[in-house]
Amino acid sequence: MEPLTRVEGLVAPLDRSNVDTDAIIPKQFLKSIHRTGFGPNLFDEWRYLDYGEPGQDCSNRPLNPDFVLNQPRYQGASILLARENFGCGSSREHAPWALADYGFRVIIAPSFADIFYNNCSKNGILALALPAETVQALFEATEATEGYRLTVDLPEQVVITPEGDRYSFEIDPHRKHMLVEGLDEIGLTLEHADEIRAYEQQRRAVTPWLFEDLGPA
Amino acid sequence: MGGKTLYDKLWDAHVVRDNGDGTALLYIDRQLVHEVTSPQAFEGLRLADRPLWRVDANLAVVDHNVPTTDRDKGIADPISALQVETLNQNCREYGITQFGLLDRRQGIVHIIGPEQGATQPGMTVVCGDSHTSTHGALGALAFGIGTSEVEHALATQTVVQARSKRMLIRVDGKAGPGVTAKDIMLAIIGKIGTAGGTGYAVEYGGEAIRALPMAGRMTICNMSIEAGARCGMVAVDDTTIEYLRDRPYSPKGERWDQAEAYWRTLVSDEDAEFDRVVTLDAAAIKPQVSWGTSPEMVVPVDGVVPDPADEPDETKRAGMQRALEYMDLKPGTPIREIRPEKVFIGSCTNSRIEDLRAAASILRGKRIAKNIREAMVVPGSGLVKWQAEQEGLDQVFKDAGFEWRDAGCSMCLGMNPDKLSAGERCASTSNRNFEGRQGAGGRTHLVSPEMAAAAAVAGHFVDIRELEQ
Repeated sequence: MEPLTRVEGLVAPLDRSNVDTDAIIPKQFLKSIHRTGFGPNLFDEWRYLDYGEPGQDCSNRPLNPDFVLNQPRYQGASILLARENFGCGSSREHAPWALADYGFRVIIAPSFADIFYNNCSKNGILALALPAETVQALFEATEATEGYRLTVDLPEQVVITPEGDRYSFEIDPHRKHMLVEGLDEIGLTLEHADEIRAYEQQRRAVTPWLFEDLGPA
Repeated sequence: MGGKTLYDKLWDAHVVRDNGDGTALLYIDRQLVHEVTSPQAFEGLRLADRPLWRVDANLAVVDHNVPTTDRDKGIADPISALQVETLNQNCREYGITQFGLLDRRQGIVHIIGPEQGATQPGMTVVCGDSHTSTHGALGALAFGIGTSEVEHALATQTVVQARSKRMLIRVDGKAGPGVTAKDIMLAIIGKIGTAGGTGYAVEYGGEAIRALPMAGRMTICNMSIEAGARCGMVAVDDTTIEYLRDRPYSPKGERWDQAEAYWRTLVSDEDAEFDRVVTLDAAAIKPQVSWGTSPEMVVPVDGVVPDPADEPDETKRAGMQRALEYMDLKPGTPIREIRPEKVFIGSCTNSRIEDLRAAASILRGKRIAKNIREAMVVPGSGLVKWQAEQEGLDQVFKDAGFEWRDAGCSMCLGMNPDKLSAGERCASTSNRNFEGRQGAGGRTHLVSPEMAAAAAVAGHFVDIRELEQ
C-alpha cells in the first residue's frame, strides 16, 4: 500500500448526506474479479446519463452535466468533501477501490459508516471526520473559490486551508500508523502467529466443537 | 465493576492479543465466503504465497450473482459466470467446503449459515457482506468486513478490531397482530436513524424480542447495519437452543451438552451497563412502509408521505426532497394510495420458511392485482424451497400469480437478471431502499412479507391489521 503522509490537492464537494456504497459503485461492477479499474464507474448512476455495463469503454458515454464531479473546475480533485454517514450500506471494498482509482486520497465528512471507514484505511485512503460546522465552512469555501485546495497532514493530524486555518482531526494510532507507513497488515499480524496458535490451543481445549471439520462439499 | 454485556463476553473470549493501540487481534471462528467479495482476497493470498490459516473455519456458497431460473442451463452472463467459477476454483484449490449452484443446500449465505448450524452461539462470524450481523441472532458476534479483511481472516484467522460501544435496544411489551419483526426493526431504524448505531454493537432485548422465533430475531439482527451498527445480537435462551438442536453442523452427543452449557452463559449480566439504551413500546408499533431512499425514511402504513417543509435540518430537508423526486411521491400522499408494480419476497432479511408461510397465509385463494406486472418469491435456500414445496406453499404462490424461483440474493440487489427497470415501484421484503439498489432508477418500498403479499393482492399498500379483523 502506498504510504500516505501529506496530501495537497484540489477539493471536490459532494453535497449529499447518507451517500451509500451502492451509489459509490453500483452492483453490476461488482462482478469483476480484480481490484483495479473501478475509477471510470465511480458514482456511475449519477455521473452518466446512460446505464453503465462492466467492461464498457466509458470515454464516449454521455456525462451528466449536473453532477458535481463532471464540472471542469473539479477535474483532478484528490480530496472529496462529503456529508454525514458517508459510505453507508454494503461492505463492498469496491467503493474505496473506485474512489482510489479515480484519484481520491482523502475524504472529509462529519461522519462515516464503520465498514467503509475501515475499508478506506486498508486502501491508502484517509477518511477523516471534522465537526459538521467545519465541514459546512469547507463546503462554502470550496463552492465560492474555484481551484480551492487543502493540505492534509496525517502525521500532524491537521487540515490546513489556503487562508492558513488549521483544523485538527482524530484518528486512532493503529490506523494512522498503517496509513503513514503503507503497511501490509497481514504481514504484521503474522508476526504474532505464535500467539494465534497458543489461543487456538487453549480454545480447542475449552470449546472443542468450534474446531469440527465441515466435511466435503 | 459491573457485570458484562453479551458483547463484552463475546469480545473478551476472542481476543488473541491487545495491540496496545486501541485495537485487538480478534480470533474468527467462522468465515462465510461468497463469490462477490472474495476473488480479490484469494488473489492477494496467491500473490503473497500465503496459505489459509484454518481451512475448516470457512464455508463458501454462491448467492449474489446466481440466476433464480433455469439453473441447469448454467449462467448466461459471462462476467457473472466467471465470478462464480472463480469461487469454485478457489474452493477447490484451497479445500474449502462449498455449496455449489446445484447443491440443494445452496442459498443466501446468511440463510444457510444458521440453517446448517454452521453459525452458532459464542462464535465470531465474519463475511464480506454487511448483513453478516444476521448471525448475531444466535448469540454470536457477527459482522461484515471488506475484502482486505476477508484476506486477513483467511490468512491469519483473525481480524484487527477496535472495541465498539455497547447499545441496548429494548422493545418492551407485546407487538400487536400483523406487526412483524420487520416492522419492529423498521420502527427502530426510523427512531434512531440510519447512522444511529454507528460505532456501537447492538443487543436487542425486551419482551417483544424474546417472544420472536429465531427467524424474526434474524430479521432484526440482519438490518442492524441499516441503523449503522456492524453487529446486532440477541442473548441465548431456550428458543436459540431448540433452533440449533440437530442441525447438520451443530455439535452432537457429549459435545452438544458441553456447548449448550456454554451457550447458556451468553446473556448480558443483570448489572451490565450499556453506553446507550433505547427503548420502544411494541404495542405502539404499526406495520411499516419505507417511503424514501434510506431505511430511516419509514412511516406506519396508516400514515402519509412526510413533508420536507416540516424538517428543520437543512441537509436532511434536501435529502428528503431528493428522495421524494427519486421516488416520484408527493408530501401528504397516504401510504395506502401508493401502487407498486412489482413485488419481491426474498433476501437475507425475509426469505426463511416462516416468512414464506406468513406471505402465503395472506395469498391463499387470492390473485395479484392487475397493476402488478411481476411478483416473485425467492426462497432463501434450496432447503427452504424444498420445505415450502412439502407444505404446498409453492402452489399458493403460483395460484396467486407469483413466480416461484430458486434461491439467491436476487432482486434485493439485482446483480443477477432479477431487477427493477427505471421508474418501476416495488414492494420488497429486502433491506435497502437506496437509489438504484434493486435496479437503476427502481423505486423500493421496504415492507414485511405479509405487507408485500397484501400489497400484491390489493395493488396498493394496505394495513394488514384490517385484513385480519
